[in-house]
Amino acid sequence: MIRIGAIAVGLFFAAVVFLWSFVPGVITYFTEPTEKAAEYAFHEKAHGPEGGFSFDGPFGKWDYAQLQRGYQVYKEVCAACHSIEYVAFRNLEELGYNEAEVKQEASTFNIPEYNADVAEVTTRPGLPTDHFPPVPYFGAGDPPDLSLMTKARANGSNYVYSLLTGYGEPDPEKLAKYPEFETPAGLYFNPYFANVNISMAPPLMEGIVTYNDGTEATVSQMAQDVSAFLTWTAEPTLIKRKQTGWPVLGFLLFATILAYLSKKQIWASIKPRKKD
Amino acid sequence: MSFAWARQYEPQTGLTKWLDERLPLPRLVYNAVGAGYPVPRNLNYMWNFGVLAGFFLVLQIVTGVVLAMHYAANQLVAFQTVEHIMRNVIWGWLMRYAHANGASFFFIVVYLHIFRGFFYSSYKAPREMIWLLGVVIFLLMMATAFMGYVLPWGQMSYWGAQVITGLFGAIPMVGETLQVWILGGFAPDNAALNRFFSLHFLLPFVIAGVVILHIWALHIPGSSNPTGVEVKSESDTVPFHPYYTAKDGFGLGVILILFGIMVFFLPNALGHPDNYIEANPLSTPAHIVPEWYFWPFYAILRAFTQDLTIPFTGVVLIEAKLLGVIAMFGSILIWFILPWLDKSPVRSGHYRPTFRKFFWFGLIPAMIALFICGGAPAEEPYVMISQVATAYYFLHFLVILPLLSSIEKTEPLPYSITESVLGKDGAGAATPRPAE
Repeated sequence: MIRIGAIAVGLFFAAVVFLWSFVPGVITYFTEPTEKAAEYAFHEKAHGPEGGFSFDGPFGKWDYAQLQRGYQVYKEVCAACHSIEYVAFRNLEELGYNEAEVKQEASTFNIPEYNADVAEVTTRPGLPTDHFPPVPYFGAGDPPDLSLMTKARANGSNYVYSLLTGYGEPDPEKLAKYPEFETPAGLYFNPYFANVNISMAPPLMEGIVTYNDGTEATVSQMAQDVSAFLTWTAEPTLIKRKQTGWPVLGFLLFATILAYLSKKQIWASIKPRKKD
Repeated sequence: MSFAWARQYEPQTGLTKWLDERLPLPRLVYNAVGAGYPVPRNLNYMWNFGVLAGFFLVLQIVTGVVLAMHYAANQLVAFQTVEHIMRNVIWGWLMRYAHANGASFFFIVVYLHIFRGFFYSSYKAPREMIWLLGVVIFLLMMATAFMGYVLPWGQMSYWGAQVITGLFGAIPMVGETLQVWILGGFAPDNAALNRFFSLHFLLPFVIAGVVILHIWALHIPGSSNPTGVEVKSESDTVPFHPYYTAKDGFGLGVILILFGIMVFFLPNALGHPDNYIEANPLSTPAHIVPEWYFWPFYAILRAFTQDLTIPFTGVVLIEAKLLGVIAMFGSILIWFILPWLDKSPVRSGHYRPTFRKFFWFGLIPAMIALFICGGAPAEEPYVMISQVATAYYFLHFLVILPLLSSIEKTEPLPYSITESVLGKDGAGAATPRPAE
């Protein structure tokens, strides 16, 4: 009885999904092919800088000089609109700055704080324990906090690099195919952005930053430096994680080999002998 | 329990003798997973995954309890406290990545455990109760995992909660009221986050309780085995310890190496980048997808794209969304009646040639297709593929298995487990074959 009922229910569900959903879907698919939005055709996959990042791969390491340059790019360019609120000034010591430098750096920021004496929000110089303050922004668009940006996008470090170096004109061949495609006024074409038109004006131009260490400030150089810095802000423990992984895996491999050998020995006594 | 030749626990020291007379806990362990539990000698590596699932349950509880010490279930700070764990809590990143990937590995080993059950018909008499309890564990796991994914309060957490609780909204009459009751509001917010945290903390202990019942039920008939022939004599079995503790120890090592690779080198590969964006009720992500382990069921949900209507009249019998919800929940609930659908007297797929073909060339490809389609955006060709796979899924369990058990010509079974291992002459048998 239960089997007859099951067969009936099974045939019902299979028939419903096949006849009511699948068949009309196939008919629509062939009679009214859906065109993908033009944006889709212009979209390109994120790629990293030539040679990749120093932190890529299982043996990756931070390039501290690069992280410091990246912080400089963030502070002098990105910080005009974007905050990094999850980062505290004290964390900057991990980039190779000493305590006094961090203290000095923090004090250059104004930290808003509610002051009960005057019943107003006032500002005071930052301390190493403070986090980077919010960045007020009144223009078009909605600049996101960048602390977690490289983890909040697929292939994030490469995405940030591609986005910063990806501004330009649409591919003329694709434009010929999609003549109706245009970038709306006030937006900028960037094939790496999700819908290829972004509110952010190209932020980097050659020489906009003068690096303290004398590195030539090309757009690609600044883009990879700031991508590296934002990879650090997103996951300061990235390298520690990879470096912890190796001894753990080494131990596990050793323990597993021992477990295999003991399993083999224990089972040897009851395994059938090879037939001659 | 189980077999007459099971070894008896004999306390050796004064302390264990004293304990055995008052609270025979060592005896319980000895009989459950020690030398007192005789197990078929021919189990292959597919029989490792029960123990491995138990390991990951414990790992999830341990890492979860530590995370709960630093997490705050409040929509204003939940996302920040997770970042606090990642940045400021010593080894916090390891706890969180182990917990997030531990959930994935828990599902991986449980799926393998379930599909071992499908292939070897482990659900058949006299093991129906083990199977039923297993399905209960799986449903509890799904609920726990779903609520756990909401806790970081990222974009996918929020919108996942919106979509999944919205499923209850599809129920006629009471749906909307039910959805509001579940969420404690009209959309996911602090009330939902708090109750999900509370339940996410509670349910793993409920799972642990059902796992104890699952193991208890297992020890009544004893473990199944790859031949599907029941244990006949002592030579068919070996004591769980040391034989299977050693084998499971090796299996645990292998899975931990894979787990270590994910935790230390690819910790976010199984997650979604959108969950590193704080929940924003005003911004819907382009594609809302659940965690990977729900993809097959999500594909079944979305396969029903059209209302069930009476042709040419436009009268709607059942709305598409409700059909999807019924099919999605039904796709797991039908496992509850599986022991009574598949009545073939032969258990193991090794001796069922036709069943084997349907398993490898029907069920497995359908599940893989559903998995891929569930993770893909709702566009063609994924929708069409998921519809064919959904149809097959229901046909497989509800039509093919019941019919097959009456018409299939099965292959001859070995006389006993010992014979299947050692051959008819029993060459090389360490334990002599007992006379019949």
